[in-house]
This record gives sequence, C-alpha cells and structure tokens, in this order.
Amino acid sequence: MHHKTFAQIEIRYFYLLLVLGLVVVLGGLLAAQQMEAHGHVISGMNNQVVWGLPHVFAIFMIVSASGVLNVASVGSVFGRHVYKARAPLAGLLSLALLAGGLMVLMLDLGRPDRVIVAATNYNPTSVFAWNVLLYSGLFATVGLYLWTLMDRTMGGWSKPAGFLVFIWRIILTTGTGLIFAFLVARQAYASALLPPLFIIMSFAWGLAIFLIVQFAMFSWNELQLNPAIQKRLKNLLGLFVVSVLYLVATYHLTNLYFSRQVAFERFILAHGGLYTALFWGGYVVLGSIVPLLLIFMPGLGQARCVLLASLLVLVGAFSLLYVFIIGGQAFPLLIVPGYTVHSSFGDGQLASYAPTVFEWALGAGGLGVAFVTVTVGVRILNFLPHDDPRQPMEGN
Amino acid sequence: MSCDHDQQRRQFLARGAALTAAVSIAPGLMLYDFARARPPGEAANPAVRWGMLIDTTQCESGCDACVSACNKENGLSGRTLPTDSQWIRKLELQQEDTGRKISMPMMCQHCAEPPCVDVCPTGASFKRADGIVLVDKHRCIGCRYCMMACPYKARSFVHEPVTDHSGATPRGQGTVESCTLCVHRVDQGVAPACVEACAREGHQAILFGNLNDPNSAIAQRIRSVASVKLRADLNLDPGISFVGI
Repeated sequence: MHHKTFAQIEIRYFYLLLVLGLVVVLGGLLAAQQMEAHGHVISGMNNQVVWGLPHVFAIFMIVSASGVLNVASVGSVFGRHVYKARAPLAGLLSLALLAGGLMVLMLDLGRPDRVIVAATNYNPTSVFAWNVLLYSGLFATVGLYLWTLMDRTMGGWSKPAGFLVFIWRIILTTGTGLIFAFLVARQAYASALLPPLFIIMSFAWGLAIFLIVQFAMFSWNELQLNPAIQKRLKNLLGLFVVSVLYLVATYHLTNLYFSRQVAFERFILAHGGLYTALFWGGYVVLGSIVPLLLIFMPGLGQARCVLLASLLVLVGAFSLLYVFIIGGQAFPLLIVPGYTVHSSFGDGQLASYAPTVFEWALGAGGLGVAFVTVTVGVRILNFLPHDDPRQPMEGN
Repeated sequence: MSCDHDQQRRQFLARGAALTAAVSIAPGLMLYDFARARPPGEAANPAVRWGMLIDTTQCESGCDACVSACNKENGLSGRTLPTDSQWIRKLELQQEDTGRKISMPMMCQHCAEPPCVDVCPTGASFKRADGIVLVDKHRCIGCRYCMMACPYKARSFVHEPVTDHSGATPRGQGTVESCTLCVHRVDQGVAPACVEACAREGHQAILFGNLNDPNSAIAQRIRSVASVKLRADLNLDPGISFVGI
C-alpha cells in the first residue's frame, strides 16, 4: 500500500527536488551577478586571502568529480562486475560535479566575461592553463566512456575508454594538487606531497558522494543494496579515509621537522582559532575518526551508518579544504626572515576572513548545478546500479 | 675696462650659478641614468634591466613620501583597507634577536624569474624585455593566481569599480595590478614617482637605473656596497636590492 502511494506521488517529489535545486542554482547566479556589479568588495576576500569560500566549494567538487570515477575505473579497468554496474552512475556524477565546480570557479573570476580569453590565450607554463585542457578533456573522455557503456554496439570499447578515463583523472587531480604545490611563496603549499594527497582525497570524497547518491536512489526505489556489495564499498571508503589521514599526518609531521615551518604548523594545529578547530574537530574527529568507527565498529556498518559516515567524510572534506586553502593564506608571508614586520598592508599579521552570503550562495549554486544534473540524469537515464544476483562475488 | 671687467664678473657668476645648480641637481639626476627616452612604438630594450637599490639606512620611519607619490601618480585612493590596492607600502621591521629597527619601501620586486608570470593562465602577467613586470589589463581574467604565487605580496586585486581615472596607468575592477616601476615615466626618460619623491624629501633612499650598464650609478653602487635581495633563497633574481638589512 505504502509502495503504491509513494509511486503515485513520486513525480511530485521529483519536481519538488528539481525546483529546490534550481532555486539554489539561481541564488548562485544572482550572487555572481552581484559580485560582478559591485566587485569582490562584497565578498569576504581581500588582498591577503585572495581565494575564499567559493574556491573551497569549487576545489571540493573538482576533486570529487575525479574521485567518483574510481568506482568506474575499478569496474572497467580491473574488470570487477560489481563496480562496472555502477560505472554509468559514477560517470554522470563526475560530469555533474565537474560542471558545478567549474561554474563556481569561473563565476568567481574578477572578469568572468573574459573567460574566452582563458580559452584563446594560453600560457604553457601555467598549471591553471593546463587544467583548462584537463577539465575539458575530462568532459570529453567521460562522455566517450558513457557512450561505450550505454551503446551496446560500442561495448567492446568500454575497457579502453575506461582506461583512458582512469589515466586522465589521475593526471587531472595531479594538476589540481599542483596548483598549490607550485606555489613557492606560501608556507602552506609548495610540497610535492600535495598531488598524491589530492588524489587520495578524491578517492575518499568521490566514493562518499557516490555512496550517498546510491543510498538515495535505492531508498527512492525502495530497494535494498546487496549486503556483500555494501560491505565491500564501505570497507573501501574506510581504506580511503585512513589513507587521507595518513598523508595529511605526513604533510604536517614533515613540516614540523623543518624549523622554518614550525610557526605555520603551530598556527594551524594549535593557535589558529577557527582553523585549528576545523582541523581537529571538523576533519580529524568528525570527518575521519567518527566515520571509521561507523564503518568498522562491530555492530555498526549498516546502510544508515555508512550513509552517515559518508556525510561526515564530506564534512571533513570541507573542513580540511577550508583550513588548507584559507588558513594557508591567512598565515602571513615571510618576506624578510629574521624580522618582525608591520605595515598598512597586513604584513606580518594573521589575515582575517569571513565569507559573506554571496560566497555561500555562489558555492551552493555550484552544488545545485551538480544536484540538478544528477537528479534529471538518473530520472531520464537508467543509471540505477543493477546488480546481477547470479553474478558470483569476486574476491576483494 | 671697467665694463669689460664687469662682463667677466657676470660671466663668472653665471657659470658659477650653473655649476652650483649642476652640483645640486646632479645627485638627483644620478639616481637614474638614461641614455635617452624611448620613442613611442619602439620595443623595450633587452640590453637594459631596470632596477632599484634601496638604502634602508636612508629611509626614515614614518615618512611615506614614496607611497603618496605612487598613489597620486597612479590614481590610487590611498586607503588602506584589506581590499584596497597598495602598489608600494612602508614596512616597519624589527630584527628579532637584536631589536634593530628598519624602515623600508616594499613593492613589486620585478623578478627576472617572476612566479606571477609563470602561473598566469592567460599570459596577462608578463615581463618586458627591460625587466619590468607588468599586467596586461585587457588580458587579466582576475583569477588571482599571481597573487597566490608572489612571495612579496606585491599585487593587489581591484575589488571595487574604479571611478577615479586620474592616474597615468589604466586600472579596472576585477583585474590584478601592481607597481609598474612607473613604466610610462621610464619610457619618457623620467624616474619613477617614488624615486623622485624620496629624493625631494632629501632621503635619497632609492637609487634607480640600468643594472646592466656597468657605468650606471646603480651598478657601481651595487658593486661597492653589500646589498641583499629579498627571499634570495627562492632564486627569483629580483630587480630590487636592499642595503642595511
């Protein structure tokens, strides 16, 4: 009875979600329009913290867009049927997240009207310029991959296409990490650890998003996920969360060994106020330890625990990115080592940054684009993972 | 005879006055040494490298003549909110172990290997053949990657619509800007506004000139006194050197 009732009104829920998503997107577009009309002065960004909350959203989405493809890669590259059944959904999520992230990145430019300049003037030494190619290439390669998955006559090409996507996304996330790794100026960045850190972060965040969407789709269709598949996916998430934690710890511990980096590490890990709270409370505890308990504690690990763990991994992702991007800029540049410094330009001072409603709206607008794309995509395309009950489970 | 004597006296006075004027103006002129002004349309000379030598022992704490002159020359508001542009600023330094105090101007260091140019996706950040690092305001998309990359915090982002276009340099909302070394003046054979203002105040803390010309005042001075470049560890080869740090 309940099933029938939901099926009858299900279309209304779909349109409700769609309208909600579109309202959020509209809010983001309005915020961008205001920032263009009045300038970035209406944002919280300034000449010290030059990349703010929109970049946290954008980088989160771009990194996740790459990581969510992990599910597809395991399926196509390594031939695991359980994952291959999920490859189309992973591809759709990737395109949606990339579109959302790029929208935020572009609309936060000082001159978004000149985005064509970025496409026509290309500085080969700029990792930003490389990323323009890498992002467009991901759209193309994932589009091609989806084609091979959806067109039965192209089936034989899905493995090479999947391999191409696998290689491309690893390079793409390396490129995203390099945006920061190439910055010699600031103490938070300029580390060769960043590209691998970004890759492993993408695995964790992408899988968390995948699990949340999969849970929503199965619930919507009142289906139960095969417990064996559930177990495998949650264990994989746990492994990724531990791996991120390991690399983040390595990054900070190596920094602590260099005396020139100690003041910066003290700021992030001990005296940084909001940044310290977000690092320990948001990323380490809520975003890593609690999800690991939810996944691995005996008696836990059921569908709802995994859903909560996935949501918390995303809370951790935003916390970590906020600390990394904004905390990294808030710490002053070391221009004249050995001297304390004061100036009218904030030299030697911790910069303050408080995001305004325009930045929240723009960032949320990007998530809205991803949400609307996925909601419409799974409605019109048959992307619900179909697990073949006769298919024997492969080993781990 | 007396008339002739009087004429000789007048000539002596005139030459004396000219010599006195030359002697008093010469240090100002020696702050920079130009072969000639660059005619419009002629490309910057790659044989030249413009640079500065800043003598912090001559820079007075509390004096901001260079900053005011820069603001006036380039049409900057002079406000100092975190969102306002500051192309040149005064740093008040105190040595951590000795407590020694230093005051000095800080601006774009016009690096030979500028990170801002490397990272700029569109090539809007560029280095002229004569070493001056500039932003092409028509090509800048406002991504601020150059601001992330600059170790000297030399660049500002125009956070608000620009209403006052009284300065000599084009400015625009949503683009990044920084010290141009007063390229519009240099091309006309005139020293940057900050250099002129510092000399006018009698401090002579900023020596400007062609680093590549071994006979220039700046090249000779750099050869004779100990000077340092900021963040020399980064190996960016800035065009600005400092004495007394």
